[in-house]
Amino acid sequence: MSRNPRLRIVATLMLLAIPAAIAWSEYADVVMNTRAEAEGVAPVIFPHWFHRIRFQCSVCHVELGFKMQVGSNGFDMDQISDGEFCGACHNGEIAWTVENCDLCHSGKLGLETGIEGSHKTGGPGIY
Amino acid sequence: MRRYPAAFLLLLATISAVSALRADDWKSLQEDEIHDPDNPALEVMQNPAAALSVLAPDTAGNKVDWSAALHEGQIAPRSGLKNDELPEILELDIVMKNTLSAPFVTFQHRSHTEWMACENCHEELFVSTTDANPISMQAILNGQYCGVCHGAVSFPLTECDRCHNVRPDYQRVAPSGAKQSDDP
Repeated sequence: MSRNPRLRIVATLMLLAIPAAIAWSEYADVVMNTRAEAEGVAPVIFPHWFHRIRFQCSVCHVELGFKMQVGSNGFDMDQISDGEFCGACHNGEIAWTVENCDLCHSGKLGLETGIEGSHKTGGPGIY
Repeated sequence: MRRYPAAFLLLLATISAVSALRADDWKSLQEDEIHDPDNPALEVMQNPAAALSVLAPDTAGNKVDWSAALHEGQIAPRSGLKNDELPEILELDIVMKNTLSAPFVTFQHRSHTEWMACENCHEELFVSTTDANPISMQAILNGQYCGVCHGAVSFPLTECDRCHNVRPDYQRVAPSGAKQSDDP
């Protein structure tokens, strides 16, 4: 690297900009595609960030019975329409109804069931 | 700056590029690579930046310090659907000392019970007996124990000193630049 201190600073700043340029979907978004695409609809994207602003973890993960393991819940639209799982709120009273298919079934085709986190965290915080 | 006009311009360009990318902390739904950009419903859905950029900032995960957002009253998540009773807060710190060369871990029940009920963790994920859980970083990185949430929803496993926060002489590890967070 150049001995010129100003150029060194510029080069360092440019290097710092690189990690920020890598794109990720939002942390903790859940992709549900165990049965969606096989049954002719787009995969579901569940945004944790939107829901945790409004509800504590225990509402869904204790009261509604969502297991904290992606893909392990195995519910279907019949159960949701009967008021189970997402249907406990998405019933036109607490949140919009299940007739708005596209709002949940909004994922790209071919996505695998999983959670956006782990190695996709965007890296460590700024130390 | 007269002597190095090119370097100065390059610096300005870099700073503006970095600040533009900082605003890019949250991808729009159209650009996040998992939503179908042709889905017309994206137009009516909230983008992460609209909701998250106004909450207490953090450097990892959702780039939100969720505990601070809660404490500062920026958010008021409901604690139940049927009855909306306030959560039962437990003031009990557990210090885990079997950490090899890493600083000890202080687990705060308080920050966790602000979000969760006892049943979230006990007795399925953690037995309620000190030292009875064979927790290891290997298991956590595999999504067990703390790793059920940390690395998936709550702050990621890159933030070592938020958990490994007490040295063997019981001096608190100084946060290295980033804000010490209680975010579960």
